[in-house]
Amino acid sequence: MAFQLKVNGDTRAVDVDGDTPLLWALRDELDLTDTKFGCGIAMCGACTVYVDGFPTRSCVTMVDSVGDSEITTIDGLEGKAAEAVQKAWNDLQVPQCGYCQSGQIMAAASLLAETPKPSDADIDAAMDGNVCRCATYHRIRAAIHRAADMMEG
Amino acid sequence: MTVLKNKADTLSVNRRGFLIAMGGAGAGLMIGSSLIGKAAEAATPATGAADVQFNPFVIVKPDNTVVVLSKHLDKGQGTASGLATLVADELDAAWDQVEVTFAPANAALYNNLQWGPYQGTGGSSAIPNSFMQYRKAGATAKAMLVEAAARRWGTTADRVTVREGVLTHSSGETLAFGDVAAEAAGLPVPEDPVLKTPDQFTLIGKEDLPRLDVKPKTVGAPIFTLDVKRDGMLVAAIARSPKFGGAVASFDATEAKAVNGVVDVVQIPAGIAVLATSTWPALKAKDLLDIEWDFSAAETRGTDRILAEYRSLAGTPGQVFQQDGDSEAALAGAAQVIESEFTFPFLAHAPMEPLDVVIEFDGKTAEIWTGSQLQTVDQYVTSATLGIEPTDVKINTLWAGGSFGRRAIYDSHIVGEAAQIAKALHLKNGGKKQPIKVQWSREDDIKGGYYRPMYVHRVRAGIDAEGRLVGWHHRIVGQSILTGTPFEAALVHNGIDHTSVEGVMGSPYAIPNFTGELHTTKVGVPGLWWRAVGHTHTAYVMETMLDEIAAAAGKDPVALRRELLKDSPRHLGVLNLAAEKAGWGTPLPAGKARGVAVHKSFESYVAQVAEVSFDAEGDFKVDRVVCAVDCGVAVNPDNIRAQMEGGIGYGIGHALRNEITLTDGEVDQSNFHDYEPMRISDMPTVETHILASAAAPTGVGEPGTPPAAPAVANAVFSATGERLRTLPFSKRSLG
Ligand code: FES
Ligand code: FES
Repeated sequence: MAFQLKVNGDTRAVDVDGDTPLLWALRDELDLTDTKFGCGIAMCGACTVYVDGFPTRSCVTMVDSVGDSEITTIDGLEGKAAEAVQKAWNDLQVPQCGYCQSGQIMAAASLLAETPKPSDADIDAAMDGNVCRCATYHRIRAAIHRAADMMEG
Repeated sequence: MTVLKNKADTLSVNRRGFLIAMGGAGAGLMIGSSLIGKAAEAATPATGAADVQFNPFVIVKPDNTVVVLSKHLDKGQGTASGLATLVADELDAAWDQVEVTFAPANAALYNNLQWGPYQGTGGSSAIPNSFMQYRKAGATAKAMLVEAAARRWGTTADRVTVREGVLTHSSGETLAFGDVAAEAAGLPVPEDPVLKTPDQFTLIGKEDLPRLDVKPKTVGAPIFTLDVKRDGMLVAAIARSPKFGGAVASFDATEAKAVNGVVDVVQIPAGIAVLATSTWPALKAKDLLDIEWDFSAAETRGTDRILAEYRSLAGTPGQVFQQDGDSEAALAGAAQVIESEFTFPFLAHAPMEPLDVVIEFDGKTAEIWTGSQLQTVDQYVTSATLGIEPTDVKINTLWAGGSFGRRAIYDSHIVGEAAQIAKALHLKNGGKKQPIKVQWSREDDIKGGYYRPMYVHRVRAGIDAEGRLVGWHHRIVGQSILTGTPFEAALVHNGIDHTSVEGVMGSPYAIPNFTGELHTTKVGVPGLWWRAVGHTHTAYVMETMLDEIAAAAGKDPVALRRELLKDSPRHLGVLNLAAEKAGWGTPLPAGKARGVAVHKSFESYVAQVAEVSFDAEGDFKVDRVVCAVDCGVAVNPDNIRAQMEGGIGYGIGHALRNEITLTDGEVDQSNFHDYEPMRISDMPTVETHILASAAAPTGVGEPGTPPAAPAVANAVFSATGERLRTLPFSKRSLG
């Protein structure tokens, strides 16, 4: 079945069954492989995209539920918070294997866009759904604070 | 779209593994490299100018890029950048001209020097075994570039200096590496190039050297096996027996085949494989297979029963692996005997990237794309399955989204299953080459076995009236990881699997009378090394026992360790540093407590002090871990810190709440909702201090893990008097 998906500002057609998770439509049909697969059940955040600006688990969002919502992957991520987050991630050398990090960055950029000066508790609340099996959490926390400082400065 | 600016770079840098183009000049220079020679013929240079390969590890491109070939998999531990650091330092390259890619599978060139004839990554051995080899590779290339520049200038090598990738004549004239690489290639290869002395290092030990792979990893770069797409590729999902050792009796694929996108269903030795044009139909249809299993040869025990058997075995004598003095007599004469039993569950590695592999087979040769951690075994198993030569299996090693040991498999079942499907399809398709990706789901991973095995330890330790340790009797019960694998000959001696007892055997503590015994059990659940292997349970037992003894003897836990480690200066070094930095002995606010642990693994010494705090309900949180590490020369200090942070998180995360249990042989857990990973709210702050050392570098991927859980357990005891002898800690409320 054909669906029109609005992804990163473009409208793209995918021909899949309606119960196909958005994650696989993005990856396999549209070659947007920067969004990763970790669990398939909304427990890890590796597949995080924005749907109408909200961080969403694309692995449990079926294509037929998306309608004409705007989808943003890390490929289309932009803005002050996103730039600060990516710079802080580099400055503090956050990634290890890196596999979870596009999801982490999507979550962190969204947090900072909403809450420019997050506390540790804010960070825990916003980031607890994003698993990092390499346990880079210590640096993720520090990098979010760093990015917040950069945005201020 | 500023975030995308480095995406193109990313692709070219990291896909270089299959993009390397080499011309004739390069080929002439290769040292004993038939495989690279073949690759060179196959590839077409993108431009007229040729890349020049100086040796198996170093390529210089016409644009001055230095490409370092990593013989080791990088699954997050920073090895690729580490190896590049070694080459770049000796070569005096500028860090921003350096790229890294993975070497092809070729054990003749790229074997792990600690393992003999195998190419592979594990045991925190990547930097230690490569330290001299990669430095020498850089130094050789540098000597040849210098000589070529000297000839160009009509002078001698001693008039040429190299700094940050620039060759400079004493007159001030300069040349870039790429300017003379082709000429350098024709020169004799120096046998013994002069290596730098440590005071001459410019990149080794440098504090703010960024990892080469970090930037691509902040844009979701398509560098993983998950991201590989070949023309006409089919995605396979495999239904495996729900009980280990089961086999397919019969199956009905009618429903599975009705799923849009499914093109075939094939039976292979591993189970039933569904092939589809993309990932989702394959995963979905796999769950619609109706399979009748034959469990006659399967493991059907549950973990409760296995545990009961282990506990009863712990009460009977085992095979002695260490005997010093007479522990029975010492315990009989002791003023006090502390007896404790510890239980450890099966643990899944659960790397973030679910397991995956891509294979193509044309009837004569096979090509594989995967995070290959034991390339030589992967080649062997693929070739045996397909009936071709191991050298006809080309492996493109890709960045892996974690491993923690899971991709280093003695039976290479990940690629083996892919080869089984390739073989089945090859027969069916009349020899047509069919690219296949095998994609594991998280459920396949959690239920898939190859776990850190279950263990039970029973220890009796005696102290005399003055609180001195007089004897220790230690029994370990658990399955052998290595028996029956290609690694048995090297690591199992007289029936003792070294990985079952490492960390207890040869303990550095001065224990006058010691007996160590092992019961090696037979369990049908495949076991595997899991970040730090045997040390994951042995360090826990040794370090929490030490605290039990300190408490019984009325001694401070750090003081007791100092006393027993007085002849182990490197243990003492990290212990003292961690204690000092953590403020050991200084008062803490109410509701907070500290615990300590020190352990050597993979030749690196690590001490940690954990600080925990308790809430009103008695639940605790680990707030802070102060870590001291002595790993010899610190090649990449920031990466050492990162590995300590990650290792501590891995150790504490699993100790908090992870276990794999079985009911009647079937795994109870299936995904991250019931094998709940450590999350950011569980993570302590970590402060790592690296001891300055001129000793040969040792590994850091694993040694951060073993002391973490016992340091936390000791902190909990210090606060509450409660002993955590059953892992995970989440069992504590149950009794
Ligand atoms: S893959 Fe979507 S949350 Fe894990
Ligand atoms: S960096 Fe490896 S899972 Fe997060």
